[in-house]
Amino acid sequence: MSGSTTATAFEKARADDRAALVGYLPAGFPDVQGGIDALLAMVDAGCDVIEVGLPYSDPVMDGPTIQAAAQLALERGVRTTDVLRTVEAVAATGTPTVVMTYWNPVERYGVERFARDLAAAGGAGLITPDLTPDSDPQWPAAADAHGLDKVYLVAPSSTDARIAMTVAACRGFVYATAVMGVTGARATTSELAGPLVARTKTVTDLPVGVGLGVSTGDQAAELASYADGVIVGSAFVRVLLDHLDDRAAGLRALTALTEDLARGVRA
Amino acid sequence: MSADVNTDAAQFEADDKGWFGDFGGRFMPEALVAALDELTVAWQEAMADPAFLADFDAILRTYAAVPSMLYDATRLTEHVGGARILLKREDLNHTGAHKIRNVLGQALLTKRMGKKRVIAETGAGQHGVASATAAAYFGMDCTVYMGSVDTRRQALNVARMELLGAKVVPVDSGSATLKDAINEALRDWVSTVDHTAYLFGTAAGPHPFPSMVRDFTRGIGDEARAQCLELTGRLPDAIAACVGGGSNAIGLFTAFLGDRDVRIYGFEPGGDGVETGRHAATIHAGESGVLHGARTFVLQDEDGQTIESHSISAGLDYPGVGPQHAHLAKSGRADYLPITDAQAMDALALLARTEGIIAAIESAHALAGAFDVARDLGPEGLVLVNLSGRGDKDMETARDWFSLGKQAT
Repeated sequence: MSGSTTATAFEKARADDRAALVGYLPAGFPDVQGGIDALLAMVDAGCDVIEVGLPYSDPVMDGPTIQAAAQLALERGVRTTDVLRTVEAVAATGTPTVVMTYWNPVERYGVERFARDLAAAGGAGLITPDLTPDSDPQWPAAADAHGLDKVYLVAPSSTDARIAMTVAACRGFVYATAVMGVTGARATTSELAGPLVARTKTVTDLPVGVGLGVSTGDQAAELASYADGVIVGSAFVRVLLDHLDDRAAGLRALTALTEDLARGVRA
Repeated sequence: MSADVNTDAAQFEADDKGWFGDFGGRFMPEALVAALDELTVAWQEAMADPAFLADFDAILRTYAAVPSMLYDATRLTEHVGGARILLKREDLNHTGAHKIRNVLGQALLTKRMGKKRVIAETGAGQHGVASATAAAYFGMDCTVYMGSVDTRRQALNVARMELLGAKVVPVDSGSATLKDAINEALRDWVSTVDHTAYLFGTAAGPHPFPSMVRDFTRGIGDEARAQCLELTGRLPDAIAACVGGGSNAIGLFTAFLGDRDVRIYGFEPGGDGVETGRHAATIHAGESGVLHGARTFVLQDEDGQTIESHSISAGLDYPGVGPQHAHLAKSGRADYLPITDAQAMDALALLARTEGIIAAIESAHALAGAFDVARDLGPEGLVLVNLSGRGDKDMETARDWFSLGKQAT
């Protein structure tokens, strides 16, 4: 089993005395090739780690922006195999690429089969927003067998005991949800993020990425002062939703946002 | 009943993580786990507290017209031509369905936990109306999420909820129906969980909801079992209930799980017929998956995307099912069979004309299935059916289906 490539990306950022920038888009949005093009633009403009979302019919943790993108992708026929194809295209750049997915599509695909195919596509691991380490034993076993990262979430409402249990099960990095709420850009960063990162860091040496609500370089800079990674999703999706009729303009805007965020994590 | 069917009731209980055999559990965002743990502890303490149980019983008796009666449907029995049919009259409860038991139980627990706001999802509006009722009774703030397709179809229930003081939020995401209303209620709960309780409408969802909702509805079966013994001197040969999410069914079944001579039937919404693909017969035609926090049978495509369900009965129109039912089906303790829209509507009409009772279309599924069971059992048999709700809310559907009221226009 080789070392975690996402951990390597975080370590590299840390060596540069900065936070890593983690960028998310759902696969198949606005269509499969368009999604790949967008993620490659984000890699070129400074994302250190890429999260490819698996669009799902019942995304309970997502706000309106990501819901809209996922729904569009599903209406246009995106399949689980397209997600793996997207991972393959992005991972080929050498940028660590993880999948973020609700659990049922993985269970349906077959947990072991999904782990095998994700690893074969060059994927680095899986972020599981509705699967906690104590939910089900199948994923940790399959992930371990294929050397994949297991990224579980910690939340402001998590008890210290649950944070300890969760980080012990994580590999690669820990995903700290900065707010009590769903995904979506927010005007100000949460006052809950700092204490959560601090509580998490007392029990793990793994890098801690902070997500939910980040949309500007200034917010990224603020989070980067105490977190190892800044995770951005809805803001990228918003840019593409605003440019559905003009893909070239969408990619330019996506590049500009990525560069702004990449400056932020270096501030 | 065949000898190999397991009737050890303890086998059908969840373990301490909420697993009913291979089904149930808790597949939820970490942000909600602390609240679900808190709820689990509060529910277990309440169920062990005689004062809480006495309060619950008193509210049901003085406010909700519980226990409901067990009715000997002699003219219906005669027309069906088989076993004697008994009806558990949950349609006579306050707000017109078994659901009042669940919401009063959960709202009483909410009060005990010191929370002042409740949220709920609703499909046709019955659980929403029941939740708004309970919130009014306890003086709590109430928000109900309802798919925008349903707010248009069930405008009168929206008005009822608003009159009771609840805020109704139409949900446009996804298919804009019940499953999306649950998604939106969960999204609300993630950000309000410190002061808000989620009154879940059925015996599904993450642990502890399936077991907790069962505890608050099991009075249906406890009462019916005692009433049946008193009325007939024996247990029924078969019991029947409709199954959408499955709260009225688990409420009826629980008391009988250990009775090896009682056959248990759940009747699922077969819509236009299971073979057409337009149905909501989740156990009969679905496959194991995870939806709304539990592993259960789910109507899903080959990628695990939830498939929209179809039923003439909005209250059964759900692509998942409570995990305890999934377990009862897999273990063979209960049989789950589909009933088409047409079979249910025929049963609705027969009950209306023979007994002067207009049932909810949900409950008519149980009736239709019970007729087949009654004919199989023959005149010596005894069938107990849960008449889970009344049909006032379904009159527009019935008018269209039977072309009623034409002369008046």
